[in-house]
Amino acid sequence: MIQFVMRRFLSLIAALAVSSVVIFLVIEVAPGDPASFMLGINAQPDTVAALRAELGLDQPKLQRYVSWVLGMLQGDFGISYTYRAPVGQMIADRLWVSLPLAIYALALSTLIAIPVGAYAAARRGRAGDMMVMGATQLGVAVPNFWFAMLLVLMFAIKLQWFSAGGFPGWEAGLGQGIMALSLPAIALALPQAAILARIMRSALLDVLGEDYMRTARAKGLSRPRAIWRHGMRNAMIPVLTILGLQFSFLLAGAIIIEQVFYLPGLGRLVFQAITQRDLIVVESVVMLLVFTVIMVNFLVDLAYLWVDPRLRGDG
Amino acid sequence: MSALCFSALTLRLAGRDILHDVSFEVPAGQITALIGESGSGKSMTALAAMQLLPAGAQMRGRITLGDQDLTGLDESALCQIRGRKIGMIFQEPMSALNPLQPIGAQVAETLILHQGLDPRAAMTQAQAVLARVGLPADQFPPDRYPHQLSGGQRQRVVIAIAIAAKPDVVIADEPTTALDVTTQAQILALLRQLVDEDGIGLLMITHDLAVVAQMADMIHVMRRGEIVESAPADRFFRAMQHPYSKALLAASTHQVDLIAPTAAPAPLLCVHDVRRSYGAPGLWRRAVKPALRGVSFDIAAGGRMGLVGESGCGKSTLARAILGLDPIDAGSITLNGAPVWRGGAPNPDIRRQIQVVFQDPFGSFNPRHKVQRLIAEPLHALRGAASLPQGAALRAMIGDALIEVGLRPDDMDRYIHEFSGGQRQRIAIARALLIRPQLIIFDEAVSALDVSVRAQILDLIADISARHGLAYLFITHDLTVVREITDDVLVMRAGQIVESGPTAQVLDAPQHAYTKTLLAAAPRLPQTHPE
Repeated sequence: MIQFVMRRFLSLIAALAVSSVVIFLVIEVAPGDPASFMLGINAQPDTVAALRAELGLDQPKLQRYVSWVLGMLQGDFGISYTYRAPVGQMIADRLWVSLPLAIYALALSTLIAIPVGAYAAARRGRAGDMMVMGATQLGVAVPNFWFAMLLVLMFAIKLQWFSAGGFPGWEAGLGQGIMALSLPAIALALPQAAILARIMRSALLDVLGEDYMRTARAKGLSRPRAIWRHGMRNAMIPVLTILGLQFSFLLAGAIIIEQVFYLPGLGRLVFQAITQRDLIVVESVVMLLVFTVIMVNFLVDLAYLWVDPRLRGDG
Repeated sequence: MSALCFSALTLRLAGRDILHDVSFEVPAGQITALIGESGSGKSMTALAAMQLLPAGAQMRGRITLGDQDLTGLDESALCQIRGRKIGMIFQEPMSALNPLQPIGAQVAETLILHQGLDPRAAMTQAQAVLARVGLPADQFPPDRYPHQLSGGQRQRVVIAIAIAAKPDVVIADEPTTALDVTTQAQILALLRQLVDEDGIGLLMITHDLAVVAQMADMIHVMRRGEIVESAPADRFFRAMQHPYSKALLAASTHQVDLIAPTAAPAPLLCVHDVRRSYGAPGLWRRAVKPALRGVSFDIAAGGRMGLVGESGCGKSTLARAILGLDPIDAGSITLNGAPVWRGGAPNPDIRRQIQVVFQDPFGSFNPRHKVQRLIAEPLHALRGAASLPQGAALRAMIGDALIEVGLRPDDMDRYIHEFSGGQRQRIAIARALLIRPQLIIFDEAVSALDVSVRAQILDLIADISARHGLAYLFITHDLTVVREITDDVLVMRAGQIVESGPTAQVLDAPQHAYTKTLLAAAPRLPQTHPE
């Protein structure tokens, strides 16, 4: 078991190292000069030269890579060219919106999907199952930004329960913050929940066909109790994989939803940085997102270990 | 006194008659055997007793437990019967236990459910039950998970679950079919002991007449959903009446005509001092588990060699090594003097001389391909070696291959799910024969088949090998089959050949203690001569 964790941890480190090299190469070493790219075609040569010096482009590539990585390890992501502010601070500010939003959405999606998927599996082929399958089909098909606009029309403009967008900041109070994130979280969560519910349903259906479920019934467990005691945890194994993927997506993939709700999140930051050719910000945020994805996968692996004793090795 | 009683039980499922007018009793303190081939309705009878039939099943007739009619009970009353009054043991110990729960908890669950024990008391009680079925807590702590136990040990856990709440009746559906002979003997002895000590009425469902002969007090023979003959075990084997019973017995004691090879045998396959270890995946060092520890033997051209041993003894590792699927650590395997594995890669010239037929007729075919394509698969091994038959010539070739194994040429345009298990094994043999190999490995090729089908397939194998002078290595755990189908036999244990020689000699006068154990554990049919 310790070996398993160690192996996973080493592969995590390796993945981080490889991806940092790839990101560095793509952004800094690819053909074309980053400084002149950032300043555009009409830039003065001396401005370009100044930026080159500021970015350290006159130094050898290896040295630049090492100082970039070492800087990040110490929390120094460099200075944004367009905002003239430390990138680390900018990312931290945005994370305070994006991370709670992702967790909120993931929690909603899980809370909806697991029971709904289990319900559909338990009533396979009956009316309840058909309804769930139809609704989730719709949920998978509908684009989340369109759904987001419907939510705004309904709950912000018509009913005026929530504000239509923007984020007051956590200083305004926990309740205010959660209120502001609610509609975006729902808009993000429902399509994800639709996918997750379908996965949950098919995972549980597979489990229901297993011999040990028959053993459970033969013991005298009622069907719902057998599903609860023996089915759910076994069905969670494939569901965990999807959950990990979904969290990564929710953190990085919320760009459109952040635009719709005018939220100062990471997605918007990358989007703006790309349009303004602020490569320093792009590089750092991409690295951060890669780090998150790899970390989440590591946590999912640990969760497998918790759920499935067969992975713990023979003790 | 009758513990469980079926009267005029009739069952329809999806428009088909599954059971027809089935009546028999399972008396307390006795073993009642229900025997028949797959699809005869045996397992449905068991599920009917548990009232765990598939959705849509229409049942008529009565099933009574003591003086209680089970057919009229609602679900919550049935939950009080299942596990408490009737325990059930299943065929597949590998999958019958929840892989995510410790064994102690799985046994304790029955006790919590039916005896209202608190979890702690239930766990103590569960330990006692596990100890009773041969899993004492000091050797098998109840916090073990199923994957940490062998097949036989898992089956003991399943039995513990079934008997934990002291039921009146236990239904065992093919309880030992998936187990090795020595493990089977232990499990059967345990079941017998439970019946004798607790007065349980045991309904034992099996296809294996030899197991029944040893165990049962009363035998009921089922065919196509009907009971065709019922008799006390001793009388059954002495004077069975129904033609189907006789056919079953004949198939079980089937003798294959093995024609002695005429030409002087030249060595074909030479296996010399083969060693192979598996490393447990580790971070820095690999823990080594030896699977083959110096295996040597020869098979002559046209020779028919058997390989017997229990699961985990290295049979399959050896088969994979001979087929060139896995490299070996040391030693040599040659066919006609040429190495099977050459220069770090399997030798393609040799590979096409060796074909294989696997155990599982359901898992060893791609379900999306038609039979024609499935059979033509080995032709890829010939690619580049010769001009391959195309179009009509290919169809003719495959048609001939199908005729040879007793199927029809137009079967090539059907899909594999349209065939029965026996037919699929015929197709597997046609596939193996197509490119005229010199050696075929049969890896438990008849283990999954009913006795009557098994007899036909064994005849087919004998016939084909005589016709083509084909050599084969027949891997099995079934000593009866080895006796029928091989000239020589190897007995394997823990990665080594412990005894070898002419089959009849090894089986009739075993020298090695392990061979003697195997033979003693194998259930035997009584020496009877039904008229």
